[in-house]
Amino acid sequence: MTRERVAAGFGVLGLILLGWGSYLGLFVAPPDRYMGDVQRIMYVHVPFAWLALVVFTLAFVYAVLFLVRRSWRWDALHEASLELGVLYTFLLCVQGALWGKPTWGVYWAWDPRLTTVAVMLLSFAGILSLRHFLDDPIRRASWSATATILAAANVPIVYYSVRWWNSLHQLQSSPETVSSSMVEPLRLNAFGLLALTVALLMVRSWIAADRRAAAMAPPLPAQGA
Amino acid sequence: MSGLLLKEFLLVWRGRARIAAALTFAAATLLMFSFSAGADGRLLQRLAPGFLWLAIVLASTLTLQASFDAETQDGALDGLVLRASPGAIFYAKALTNWVFLAALACVLLPLIAALFDASLGTLPRVLAVLVLGTAALSAPGTLYATLAGRSRAASLLLPLLYFPLIIPALVGAVKATELAFFGDPMNQWSGWVGLLGAFSMVFWALCGALSSAILEDG
Repeated sequence: MTRERVAAGFGVLGLILLGWGSYLGLFVAPPDRYMGDVQRIMYVHVPFAWLALVVFTLAFVYAVLFLVRRSWRWDALHEASLELGVLYTFLLCVQGALWGKPTWGVYWAWDPRLTTVAVMLLSFAGILSLRHFLDDPIRRASWSATATILAAANVPIVYYSVRWWNSLHQLQSSPETVSSSMVEPLRLNAFGLLALTVALLMVRSWIAADRRAAAMAPPLPAQGA
Repeated sequence: MSGLLLKEFLLVWRGRARIAAALTFAAATLLMFSFSAGADGRLLQRLAPGFLWLAIVLASTLTLQASFDAETQDGALDGLVLRASPGAIFYAKALTNWVFLAALACVLLPLIAALFDASLGTLPRVLAVLVLGTAALSAPGTLYATLAGRSRAASLLLPLLYFPLIIPALVGAVKATELAFFGDPMNQWSGWVGLLGAFSMVFWALCGALSSAILEDG
């Protein structure tokens, strides 16, 4: 029962930090000088961008670990991080579009970072459906790990090729250039989402492991045999 | 390796009806692209490099998939894995797909010139882009065809995995073809060709290294 407690602890901590950070971001932090209240979406947008990258990096690491170490543990974590990464990048695109329309005038722009995130979303969603269409657990694990490694290797190439092809996205700000009343909610939300991500990864990987074990379990002997 | 290559080319030769089918398919997509863009001749001319590469990419999903027909029927691939190393099987297949796609691209070129009134510019440059661009497509395409071919939804999965991956190659190939067709005042052609070369090198190496995970865990 201890691992359930740890996951629940991370989950509750994450929700508290997210609630606190979002309260500060929505009601305490000042509105942006140029963008006004719309800019407050930054307090969720940036943490999601960070965590999406963290989760996909984890997916890559778990894929390599599975192919090298051959343990089902890494496959379960690989599945969990793929699914969470696809969810985060999808939410990231929706938040970005909502922020882009009032500030840039368009929902979508062919900026290197936007395009790279879109390509990541499509690549990893493709790998999720690959997993869905493979019934044998060994094939599923090792083939999707291969696809994850290829997709991850492609991310920097996509970024640089699109940057070269067309370059509107504002540059990153560092804490030194931003008022502390804006940094605090951002930091709280980022750590909150991180804690929530840890909890979700744990729970999702247990589900993956259970499903795999059920798929590989020997059939029960017939009654009375 | 040479035996494997011989087998691949023999397969292509025996399945030569497929070459005609792939060409017809690519030509049909070119017609559809033109109708979707409208009857503005100058616009069509400007879009020709992009249309050419889209036709190649779409046709390649068919030919890549078909290149595994002989092996997936009767589980011949499993027998092959017992005899040869996965890397050799992969590279023989990828090399054949490359030659096939490059030939397809070269045949489409006069069609593009005729349909869209595109001057082919500096021909050696155009041919270099066709050869390099199809190389960039064929390594990841072959690897994904190996794996999609043995899943439940092959024709669905191949484009799903293959299209997002080759986006940088498509960007590079279309840009380099544009510059070769219409002139290159800023000297950017070699940069885009460099991108294609780098993409090809990364994925020819990586796909070869990963082919054992695909072929041996089948």
